[in-house]
Amino acid sequence: MKGIQRYVNVTEIVRPIGHLLAFSVGSAALMSAIVIVLALILDRTVVGADLMDRYNVSLYTYTMINLPQVVIDGLTIGFVYAAIALGYTMVYGVLEFINFAHSEIFAVGAFVGVELLIALDATGVLAGATLGMAYAYLIMALLAGMLAAGGLAMAVERVAYRPLRGASRLVPLISAIGVSFLLQDLIRLVESLTTGQFNRIMPTFGNFDQRIILGKLNMGASNITLGISIKSIIVIAAAVLMLVALNYLVNATRIGKAMRAVAQDRGTASLMGINVNRIISITFLVGGLLGGAAGVLFALKFTRIDPFVGFFPGLKAFTAAVLGGIGNLTGALLGGLVLGMLETFAGSFMGVFTMGAAGSEYKDIFAFSILILVLIFRPQGLMGKHVGQKA
Amino acid sequence: MVADLFRNLFSFLNRGWLPYLIVLGHMGAGTLLVYNLPRSNLAFLTLMTSFLSLYFFRTNLRFKLISGIVLTLVAIPVLGVRNIFYLEVIFQVSVFAALALGLNIVVGFAGLLDLGYVAFYAVGAYLWAFFGSQQFYVLHYAPGTQPSDLPFLLPGDTFYLFLLLGVIVAAITGLILGLPVLRVRGDYLAIVTLGFGEVIRVLANNLDKPLNFTNGPQGITPIQRPTMPDFAVEWFNGLFGPLIGHPVSSANMYNLMFYLMALFVIVVIIFVTKRLDDSALGRAWTAVREDETAALAQGIPLVKVKLLAFAVGASFAGIMGVLLAASRTFISPESFSFMQSIGVLAMVILGGSGSIPGVILGAATITILNLQVLQGFSLYLNELRQSDAVIPIINFAWKDLSTQLDPAKYQRMLFGLILILMMIFRPAGLIPAKRRERDLSKYQSP
Repeated sequence: MKGIQRYVNVTEIVRPIGHLLAFSVGSAALMSAIVIVLALILDRTVVGADLMDRYNVSLYTYTMINLPQVVIDGLTIGFVYAAIALGYTMVYGVLEFINFAHSEIFAVGAFVGVELLIALDATGVLAGATLGMAYAYLIMALLAGMLAAGGLAMAVERVAYRPLRGASRLVPLISAIGVSFLLQDLIRLVESLTTGQFNRIMPTFGNFDQRIILGKLNMGASNITLGISIKSIIVIAAAVLMLVALNYLVNATRIGKAMRAVAQDRGTASLMGINVNRIISITFLVGGLLGGAAGVLFALKFTRIDPFVGFFPGLKAFTAAVLGGIGNLTGALLGGLVLGMLETFAGSFMGVFTMGAAGSEYKDIFAFSILILVLIFRPQGLMGKHVGQKA
Repeated sequence: MVADLFRNLFSFLNRGWLPYLIVLGHMGAGTLLVYNLPRSNLAFLTLMTSFLSLYFFRTNLRFKLISGIVLTLVAIPVLGVRNIFYLEVIFQVSVFAALALGLNIVVGFAGLLDLGYVAFYAVGAYLWAFFGSQQFYVLHYAPGTQPSDLPFLLPGDTFYLFLLLGVIVAAITGLILGLPVLRVRGDYLAIVTLGFGEVIRVLANNLDKPLNFTNGPQGITPIQRPTMPDFAVEWFNGLFGPLIGHPVSSANMYNLMFYLMALFVIVVIIFVTKRLDDSALGRAWTAVREDETAALAQGIPLVKVKLLAFAVGASFAGIMGVLLAASRTFISPESFSFMQSIGVLAMVILGGSGSIPGVILGAATITILNLQVLQGFSLYLNELRQSDAVIPIINFAWKDLSTQLDPAKYQRMLFGLILILMMIFRPAGLIPAKRRERDLSKYQSP
């Protein structure tokens, strides 16, 4: 055990997992408590009466029946956001720069992975694959998406950001917005030239679409099955793996140490013999790898992708990063989970609680409202330290 | 080397009477070309670029003013009515020029990157769309279920009042949105305004229940046009009929009227912008843009100054929104997407943020690229698709080209390329602002 510990920093593996567990349980419990209290209050009002009239179920029962499934869905989506948010937060931590194009790097990863699987599907291997092979193919797609996205992120940094280093803050940001728009249409161009269409569907294979039934709930006259699909489990497991690996890279390796040094003071870091350009490149590479993996996972979970698929998840992940405290890896995780939970809860319960006046169509606004509130009242985020603006 | 040659040539041409001859020649050539070849894009571009030579060549101010007035008030109306498509292009150029001038105040003067600028445009448009249509009586119907014989809420005359109201309401919206977000630092502000822009769009999309305010994604139609004085058509036909060659219908007259109104608004906006730029407030904006901390130390009330920038920029978009709703008679949330905001930003950046002529040039360039070059390219590809032509070496038949490839829809690529290239190679824009030229010099040497 001592021998291993000399080479592997065990605490840096265990710590993020502990955080993850705490955050997941904490946010789920908090949100559930809020919703249950709201349900109990509203049950006495016209909202509860209305629901009773229409479906013959009290608001409290309705909420309790839906709650476990909502928590599971919220966790899944939260982990997707957390995985994307890591890319933003890493780049921001090192460069103090919002990589607006990260959402498109995510989309490129998704497209490469899905195209690979579609190509495999066309040869017929996927349909007849054994369970083991199906997972192997999925991992292959993940790796392909990661490599493509990582390479692209590095290339974008070299071409569009590096020449602008040292200019005022808004200059690279505008360039990043340009890259984001350019990439959206480039994906569309390549897809329509090669395949003739730009909406792609993830092929179904393996056992990813099956649901594991966790239990049946009986509540009054209705009963509901509680389950989680295998692909959600894969998404969660992969995201946890990514978080742990990234945390390890940043906190327990030489490259990570160099990254932190560059983040603190670029000039001094270069005096200490750190190749700043190389470290920034690596930062973008790692951010891209994570983004690409998140893209393939997103495609696995939501099946359908198009060139603009990155925009909303990207924005929400950015919100998550800000919510947790941008530049802080653990914060990105917390932000992603909280945002995923909030959004899923809002999407599932807002419609019922407001008697259909405002339903899940407002869930995108929800993320923005949180972003705005956080920036006004706690700009450093939930876990961030307050730092002055660097000159 | 080439630049030197060009500069020498330019200063050679700028002596004595030569510039007057060149400008008059350019304008005359453009007018004649468009008059005789109403379908040629090249002729149209010749006419449009004559504004550039009018701006760049050294002639006296009175000559510039008179030529400009003749060009905009005589030549373009006559030529435009002969080919209504050009008038439409010019109208769009003016609408976007006004938007770009508004965003220019926020981004160029005060240095606040606003990525949700079309939200204010939407506010203006929906303001007139709601009060100038039947929408008020549709409030209690779900979209698509209303009876067809509903009256309009307000008569067309009130449109002119709503131009003013559009300014006020948009400015108030700017204040309300600005108040919470302006304490946020530069790059965050960009994302937050983006969020606000999306919020307005999502609201427009979904406020069809519980009360049907916006008619959801289907948009509001028909929206009333302002009443036009009866004598206008006769009067115009009497004056310009012989030149145009055919009497002008009142529908085309409406196009002309909206063009003139947009022109008027732009003139007002330019005047206001110029005065603001020279005022104490303008200097405060510059100070805030260059160094917030130093500006604060000088006693500039940051939030107030920034709020004013937001409100002024928003008000320009508001009035154009009202105008747009009336001229289109139809609006839907689609016209107010994030892409539109970035398009306006690209215009400001391309032309030169902080520079009035630059921003107008940027708006004209991008709108013309959008409406003429990209669409022309689309038409050309379609022709190729229908022909039997084959690319020789790789042996690719044009008719196999995917029908999804439609250059007219690749505006994002256009905007993206412009933003990246301008930031890397010419961050001050095509016509840099006078003051900015000095400021950016420190970034020129590595």
